Amino acid sequence: MSRPAPARPAYAPPDTPGPPRSARDPLPSTTPSSTPPPRATSRPEGKTPTGVYSRYARRYARLVTMPTNASAAAHALTDVASSDSTLRRFLHGLPGVDAVGLEGRAASLGTRSIKTTAKAYAIDLAISMVDLTTLEGADTPGKVRALGAKAVAPDPTDPATPSAAAVCVYPDMVATAKAAVAGSAVKVASVATAFPAGRAPLSVKLADVREAVARGADEIDMVIDRGAFLAGHYMKVYDEITAVREASGAARLKVIFETGELSTYDNIRRASWLGMLAGADFIKTSTGKVAVNATPANTLLMLEAVRDFRAQTGVQVGVKPAGGIRTSKDAVKFLVLVNETAGGDWLDNHWFRFGASSLLNDLLMQRQKLATGRYSGPDYVTVD
Amino acid sequence: MSDKSEQRRLSVFKTYKLYVGGKFPRSESGRVYEVTDSKGNWLANAPLSSRKDARDAVVAARKAFGGWSGATAYNRGQILYRVAEMLEGRREQYVREVADAEGLSRLKAGAQVDAAIDRWVWYAGWTDKIAQVVGGANPVAGPYFNLSSPEPTGVVAVLAPRESSFLGLVSVLAPVIATGNTAVVVAAEQAPLPALSLGEVLATSDLPGGVVNVLSGRTAEIAAPLAAHQDVNAIDLAGADEVLARELEIAAADNLKRVLRPQPVDDWTAAPGTDRMTAFLETKTVWHPTGSLGASGSSY
Repeated sequence: MSRPAPARPAYAPPDTPGPPRSARDPLPSTTPSSTPPPRATSRPEGKTPTGVYSRYARRYARLVTMPTNASAAAHALTDVASSDSTLRRFLHGLPGVDAVGLEGRAASLGTRSIKTTAKAYAIDLAISMVDLTTLEGADTPGKVRALGAKAVAPDPTDPATPSAAAVCVYPDMVATAKAAVAGSAVKVASVATAFPAGRAPLSVKLADVREAVARGADEIDMVIDRGAFLAGHYMKVYDEITAVREASGAARLKVIFETGELSTYDNIRRASWLGMLAGADFIKTSTGKVAVNATPANTLLMLEAVRDFRAQTGVQVGVKPAGGIRTSKDAVKFLVLVNETAGGDWLDNHWFRFGASSLLNDLLMQRQKLATGRYSGPDYVTVD
Repeated sequence: MSDKSEQRRLSVFKTYKLYVGGKFPRSESGRVYEVTDSKGNWLANAPLSSRKDARDAVVAARKAFGGWSGATAYNRGQILYRVAEMLEGRREQYVREVADAEGLSRLKAGAQVDAAIDRWVWYAGWTDKIAQVVGGANPVAGPYFNLSSPEPTGVVAVLAPRESSFLGLVSVLAPVIATGNTAVVVAAEQAPLPALSLGEVLATSDLPGGVVNVLSGRTAEIAAPLAAHQDVNAIDLAGADEVLARELEIAAADNLKRVLRPQPVDDWTAAPGTDRMTAFLETKTVWHPTGSLGASGSSY
């Protein structure tokens, strides 16, 4: 009794459905009349519809279909945004998120035990990734200067402590922040585009961005128009991001989705791809101004998105979870997510950041604990 | 028939847990140890706390300190009275636990529990009186008001006495929290059950979570990180032996903790005095000018 012959070529992923690759439509934009791919709300990874969608999130994409020429691939994806309907079809063709699986995966990665030297490495890495943030109506120049000094030398008692990645302030405080971190590698990030609501005319948002850049911001944190996104006006969101991208010039652009307002994981995945297609240098979870901010699950989802985006286009995009990360333990869990999902290439403050303020103090206390062997207390770090 | 079914009934064993931050967690380490009565019979498994449990307890105590020390002395007194009321309601349980732990007769254990509840009431009464007794106006040679008032020290680690599992525990814990401190209590290693049960009473007595945190386990293992902890302001070594007390005192010197050395107590039922309260109070003295005395002819 012989076993049946394998149904698929050996090189194809085992669960790829549909006809051989050559028979498939290469891009959705070239097949406007084809049936839209079925919504796949709880489909496991890999069992995706045909066409460009099937390439999304596939482990073996690089082996089978990955064009090694990045610009050609990027060109292929630019067609996606050629019209509202193609963009919608692309975003809605992304495979649905298995919410239970996603949260389970995020939770299981959170159980890794990181100790001793690995912990010391993780804490120093996390300190170097902190975007030290103050976004309050009560921000004073004095507070911003203090924050800048803290970002440059987080622990004055130990010069070996790495600097934070950046200070993140409102546009009118950029010049003050810039002066406070002058001469160091610490960047100045500015929120813009009518942060945090984003409810302002485009002209006002762009003026906001230009002002921030003119005052010396190295990075711009923009918010997307959640209202337009939720109403399904993806092209409007896309155009706004590209306009801001242009206005921010050489500054790196972080796009904030406010995941707490997007309601579903599917929306977060769509927003991530939309942001990356429109030219974001970073995708960022949230403003820190709503009830639900960065969670391990939504950050994991965005890490998957940047991994797959690079696999398809060769373009690397950074990720910044922001808000609600307060303890070293949480920060280390996020670093595990990064390493296990996007990979070691993202374990650098050029590609991964924490938007936080109180997190830094906890990291410093843990660092002191590792150095001295005794638990430290809030009396031994600066109060913001 | 009914007799048989009653005989077959399996008794429900109680899972003793820690009391940290108003919640009842198991030890972070997942460990437990066997607690036996004075004759060596198994009573229950108690959590074997690790240094991380101690750390979590300090965080909880620190968080609770602002609210508890800022509450009015009268309000603190009312809450402590409430604790005494709750203790009274569960008197039978404590009598049983104390009798098991210390090998006492029902009668003697009952006397211990009564004394402990009375002591709690006694300290509850002190909350709004201690300031008059140890603070006040000081006479100074100048045109100033000079006022001293006692303030709580902060987070106090308390090693419960080994020889008296309930009365001893209440005698060291109540004075600490009566004056507005928050406490991390390390229960007596051999007899932790009354202390763990006390957590259940505290949780239902309007006492804010984190004001008292109860840990059980090896005293030496938990006390060492507490003594070295930079965010603990004082430590009461009542439950430490001579050698351990010396080690802990050295570790505590690092951040200038207030240390209360083990005080020999022959009889826990004797009147305690105010020493245990004043041991964890700091005196704040304020100088205030009385105004231009004489220049304006004012009388003050």
